[in-house]
Amino acid sequence: MLVWLKLTPVKEHLANCMSSHSMAAQSAHLYIVSAAAILDQPATSIFAPQATPAHSIFSLSLLVLGICASIFLIVGGLLLFTLIRYRHRRGFTVREPAQIYGSTQIELSWTVIPTLIVVVLFLATARTIFVNQSVPQPRSALNVIVIGHQFWWEYRYPKLGIVTANELHVPVSDPRQPTPTYLTMSSADTDHSFWVPRLAGKMDLIPNKVNTMWIDPEASGLYLGQCAQYCGVQHAKMLIRVYADSPAAFAAWIANQKQTAFQDPSASEGRAVFEHNACANCHTISGTSAAGKFGPNLSHVASRATIASGSVPLNAQNLHAFIDDPSQFKPGVLMPAMHLSSHDLDSVTQYLMTLR
Amino acid sequence: MATQTRPASELGQSLAQQPRRGFFDLLQDWVMTVDHKKIGLMYITYALVFLLVAGVEALLIRIQLFKPNNNFVSPEVFNRLFTMHGTTMVFFVGMPILFGFGNYLIPIMIGARDMAFPRLNAFSFWISAFGGLLLYFSYFAGSGLYGAGTAPDVGWFAYAPLTARVFSPGHSTDYWTLSIFLSGIGSIGTAVNIVATTLCMRCPGMKLSRMPLLVWIYLVTGGLVFVTVSPLTAAQIMLCIDRYLGGHFFDTQAGGSAVLWMHFFWIFGHPEVYILVLPAFAFANEIIPVFSRKAIFGYPAMVAATVGIGFISLSVWAHHMFTVGMGPGPNAFFTFSTMVISVPTGIKIFNWLATLWGGNIHFTVPMKFAIAFLFQFLIAGLTGITLSVSPFDWQLGNSYFVIAHFHYVLVGAILTMIFAAFYYWYPKMTGRMLSDSLGNWHFWLFIIGFHLTFDFMHVPGMLGMPRRIYTYEADRGWAIWNMIVSSGAIFQAIAVLLFAWNLVRSYFKGDLAGPDPWDAWTLEWSTSSPPPSYNFAVTPTVESRRPLWDLKHPEEPDSQYE
Repeated sequence: MLVWLKLTPVKEHLANCMSSHSMAAQSAHLYIVSAAAILDQPATSIFAPQATPAHSIFSLSLLVLGICASIFLIVGGLLLFTLIRYRHRRGFTVREPAQIYGSTQIELSWTVIPTLIVVVLFLATARTIFVNQSVPQPRSALNVIVIGHQFWWEYRYPKLGIVTANELHVPVSDPRQPTPTYLTMSSADTDHSFWVPRLAGKMDLIPNKVNTMWIDPEASGLYLGQCAQYCGVQHAKMLIRVYADSPAAFAAWIANQKQTAFQDPSASEGRAVFEHNACANCHTISGTSAAGKFGPNLSHVASRATIASGSVPLNAQNLHAFIDDPSQFKPGVLMPAMHLSSHDLDSVTQYLMTLR
Repeated sequence: MATQTRPASELGQSLAQQPRRGFFDLLQDWVMTVDHKKIGLMYITYALVFLLVAGVEALLIRIQLFKPNNNFVSPEVFNRLFTMHGTTMVFFVGMPILFGFGNYLIPIMIGARDMAFPRLNAFSFWISAFGGLLLYFSYFAGSGLYGAGTAPDVGWFAYAPLTARVFSPGHSTDYWTLSIFLSGIGSIGTAVNIVATTLCMRCPGMKLSRMPLLVWIYLVTGGLVFVTVSPLTAAQIMLCIDRYLGGHFFDTQAGGSAVLWMHFFWIFGHPEVYILVLPAFAFANEIIPVFSRKAIFGYPAMVAATVGIGFISLSVWAHHMFTVGMGPGPNAFFTFSTMVISVPTGIKIFNWLATLWGGNIHFTVPMKFAIAFLFQFLIAGLTGITLSVSPFDWQLGNSYFVIAHFHYVLVGAILTMIFAAFYYWYPKMTGRMLSDSLGNWHFWLFIIGFHLTFDFMHVPGMLGMPRRIYTYEADRGWAIWNMIVSSGAIFQAIAVLLFAWNLVRSYFKGDLAGPDPWDAWTLEWSTSSPPPSYNFAVTPTVESRRPLWDLKHPEEPDSQYE
């Protein structure tokens, strides 16, 4: 396991030495490299941390795994030795081996030593618990309210007046001037759990309960995750996408999200379809009469990369198919098929694609 | 000292010579019986049937997860499969099979003629059996989560508020609730019976300090069942009140608490792990000494460790809730209590090691399973320690790492030891030996399959794969691991089928066992195989922990050293 944690350098090293080796060694190396390539999938690996909480868990996990691996090697080795050394052999003449009933000293020693190991492990763990969970929120922190729904995520930025869904944008946090994001979490229906392994451990979203966690991504990019508490039929496709933006990109994103939904005159027919059908009961589009709260806010839906909670890439074709019958992408989704005429379907799709 | 074995076997023979009876006589005999051995065998048979059913469910789950974006089953069907698999394996395989062995063995090992309350025993079995049948009847009569149908699909720990009527409008959740409720009543009845039997029915000379470790462990298990199944059963009633009588215990839409259900469930759910694993320890305590040809090392320490595990296990439940937002204080407490339980558990492993040390180890089929148990339980315990570290659990909780960990306990330790128990006590129960060659095939195929499946299952968890998802994206790097995991399942399935065939075939064609095929030391081996309905013609008297050792080694009896 420890070898695996250091795979990336191993891989580079292997790639470097490959040129100077014989064919046989090369093929062996190729095999290892391809095995390493399979293992080295950092998209959601807990061993590729990119934020302080995930880092602190990662370093604690090295200690814990190290201790456990050593115990396994010692006890397992002893067990193996005993089994081989004291196996029954043909021609074993003694009728029964010596009967030994116990020894208080030995019992004491294998009670006390494990107890000491437990104390060490506990102290290390307690430190990490308090480092993660008792950190006062700095002033520079961004606050986001996360609300779990069957089967999508709602994100509200209370100080910025932004409401969005499924794709969380946060600023990259520079260690010299930290701008962590504090998430205040609850659920609108059943239990959910917010888990983006490279940023932090998971935290549950439970109705009637408010939980908090924080993340401070150290590099810009997309961090993937998904709901980690069974929440109903489509638990599997309640995916999380966290975009860590550079300060400039984040400011631009905020500026765009703060605007009222774009009104393209050429798409006014689609807007009318949206407002006059049940769409408006569940979805909000700012600047229109659509003010529903049950489904995701669509004011800037076309600025997102995906629909259906991260499970389908956003393009006109997919959006068209999704509106026609959402359950073809997500069986069990709560959005019904609206049975729009094909003309209405085309125009509402065109309208939504203008909402950048 | 156990004497008078001859009259017992002669009486048994006269019974066997009775004329063959018709099917209805036989049926009446089994349905009306209060004989602990027949009830034990019914528990075991019933659990084996459910083992096959839940095993098929597991295979379907593994086929669906074999590759990303697979469409073998729909999400609704998948959710039912994992709910039914978990519920069945815990409540209708694990508990009954262990109660079955307990029922069969406890009275014979303490030299009694039956359990303390034979009719309560029969009641407990039939009410549990009814619970299991009711659970599966839901496939015909239930309907579940919004838009879904038939069997329960809320997961085996059925977190609130998913079980509220607004999210599970039909009746499948009620089938789940009622079957757990019934099984709970049966379990509590059996627990009372086990505790009363061990405390009151021991034969002359069998002080608590001379009781076989198996019986000691069942005493602790019985106590645990009694204390922990009661809150679970109460919670099922509360859930029914919520669903039908307008209660708001867990109904978050009306101000109830989802976390309250978690506490109720896990105050049962974690000790349940020990309820299941302690009997596995019990089998190991009997099998390992016999095939090492040595007395168990540190009998008093083993008893103390068992009692210690029993008590500490009542204080660890919230380690299932590290991600619920309990705050740093409770997280630290439950981390500590969970780590502490590894100390008595470690003592057990070390004592088994010391029992093997200096022995004359015979690698019979039951012993092979027991040795596999030792290694696998060691690993399961160590991954358990990693999960007790709450920050690590924030990452790994509800991931496939947890699934791998607890299947390592349930399959690698408990089921493996149950197989050992079958090979060891089947001769006593039927009078015939299980086939060695089939047993070896069973062992190796099962071990290969187990390690393919559950060793590699840890990896997708560390790569971020959560449990209970019916499919996954191709770009996460989980596919190869799931493929290996699924292929291991095939080996295990073949192994279990071989085992089932061995059970059936050996019943008719196995070698005759005789009363004591393993040259063992506890009282059950002093009576005929299978034992007559009254177990012992004359109540035995014992003077040590190993009465048959004393009998076989009069020059050096145990009673001199204890």
